[in-house]
Amino acid sequence: MTLPLRHLATGIGIALLSTSALAETTLLNVSYDPTREFYKAFNAGFAEHWNEETGERVTVRMSHGGSGKQARTVIDGLDADIVTLALEADIDAIASQTGKIPADWRQRLPHQSAPYTSTIVFLVRKGNPKGIADWDDLVADGVEVITPNPKTSGGARWNYLAAWAYADKAFAGDEEKIRGYVSALFQHVPVLDTGARGSTITFAQRGVGDVLLAWENEAFLALEEIGPDSFEIVVPSISILAEPPVALVDANADKKGTREVAEAYLHYLYSPFGQSLAAENHYRPADPSLADPADLARFPDIELVTIDDPLFGGWAKAQPTHFGEGGVFDQIYRPMN
Amino acid sequence: MRSETIAASVAERPAKAWRPATSETPATRRVLIAIAGIFLGLVLLLPLGAVFAQAFSGGWSLYLAALAEPDAVAAMRLTLLVAAIAVPANLVFGVAAAWAIAKFEFRGKSLLVTLIDLPFSVSPVISGLAYILVFGSHGLLGPWLDAYGIKVAFAVPGIVLVTIFVTLPFVARELIPLMEEQGAGEEEAALSLGASGWKTFLFVTLPNVKWALLYGVLLCNARAMGEFGAVSVISGHIRGLTNTMPLHVEILYNEYAFQAAFAVASLLAILALLTLALKTFLEWRFAGDMAGARGH
Repeated sequence: MTLPLRHLATGIGIALLSTSALAETTLLNVSYDPTREFYKAFNAGFAEHWNEETGERVTVRMSHGGSGKQARTVIDGLDADIVTLALEADIDAIASQTGKIPADWRQRLPHQSAPYTSTIVFLVRKGNPKGIADWDDLVADGVEVITPNPKTSGGARWNYLAAWAYADKAFAGDEEKIRGYVSALFQHVPVLDTGARGSTITFAQRGVGDVLLAWENEAFLALEEIGPDSFEIVVPSISILAEPPVALVDANADKKGTREVAEAYLHYLYSPFGQSLAAENHYRPADPSLADPADLARFPDIELVTIDDPLFGGWAKAQPTHFGEGGVFDQIYRPMN
Repeated sequence: MRSETIAASVAERPAKAWRPATSETPATRRVLIAIAGIFLGLVLLLPLGAVFAQAFSGGWSLYLAALAEPDAVAAMRLTLLVAAIAVPANLVFGVAAAWAIAKFEFRGKSLLVTLIDLPFSVSPVISGLAYILVFGSHGLLGPWLDAYGIKVAFAVPGIVLVTIFVTLPFVARELIPLMEEQGAGEEEAALSLGASGWKTFLFVTLPNVKWALLYGVLLCNARAMGEFGAVSVISGHIRGLTNTMPLHVEILYNEYAFQAAFAVASLLAILALLTLALKTFLEWRFAGDMAGARGH
């Protein structure tokens, strides 16, 4: 009995030591769901760049999940150096509830702290059997729509707002009819996953639903990973300009002494490397001149409404109005049976 | 008179080891067995087989590559570490609790028994959230621990704690019925012959419950390594740092790395099968020594 126990004790010792004795700098980037592939490549590139610049080694660790859920874990104490979330409101929540990020964080980096943007498109099954061309087709009889839950997912909030923007245009701002349309849309949703990637897997791998409301980059990725023989992208007449922002979590970085490298990491997102890598991963780069024109040519032209449009009045207004407790989404959403 | 007839009728029957307990026809029996078999096949074996089929869909080399990948290795190491702490902790707790409950009378005993069962009835997600409420930065102890630089939530200690919580009943639950059934007679005899308390425990109590103890440890370990919900809430999902094997499987699956996901999942499936085999062996060989196991 003593011998195995001793082995066990040594094993535990080794395991504990090896997790704590990493001499190199480690950054933690807490991100939302669909950025996995982009940051995997970006982190490797940044580590190399940082090593060339300073001779130091840096490892960037990732945590992915629904944007709202990720913000929640940072608020609860996950010590992220950097947050790269799906929407401003989630970083605002961290800033206001913990004070770990200053309130004016958006002004600290170029392009309102959004190094890449994206939009919402439709992914349908090959041949588009339900003939889906625009937002109004989503509420036709027998069409099942897949989107994550706007309460937990940033992408889902953009989906919701894009649908709202369409309805606003279609019904010339008649709020009653807009609500009716968005409510009907969610009546067509059989499963509400917590994050964008969960929804994509539900639609693409498990074969549920007729149309997926997806981040443009997520839709392209599904085409690449599962195959263009199975799906096609449908570009609606109007959509929303989604600006997923990034921020330094000052208090955490200062505590760990990683501010310098964390700031360099964020600035590197705006470098030619970061921008072209974003375009390669189907994010629309903030500065297209730095990206490969061939990558840029893949992005379709869509009429894009921004969150700062008077229709929404910015995140500070849109977040509580639509997604807060008892907000419009709560009022119109009835789970489908 | 009557007993004679019965005796006669018994004598008339051919000596048979097995007699049907019901009067159903063999056809009904076969149909019932077939239903049970098909059901188990569909619900248990088919999905389990699918895991292995998917895991080996790219051949041995890809299978091994998926297991050797640094994040996968980190996940396995963390899973082993968590089990290596949680299982002994619950072993000690389980024996102590079972000893106290089975051998002593005290106020609040039934409350203690109920509390031990609590993790069985609480959803694992709630267990995880409860620990966030205690150890999160806005929790009861979180800010205080933070001041000393001790991290519990979203770090290994938190994962270990919730694992201990969800696996707490396994050892105690196996031991309590057996120890209660055995009573305190042998221990009293040992004590009256002058053995110390520790000696009594080591040479009298422990040998009496060893198989039940092993059985409890086995189940405890299987759950400790396989727990998803509670760990998912408190882990923070940092790749290579706070992802256990079940969490790593989910991450890989969500990254379209289906083959790799199922390769790691197959390890958990193998663990489950091993546990099942050992459990069956213990039940078959030492059923008499495991009162608690009879009902399972």
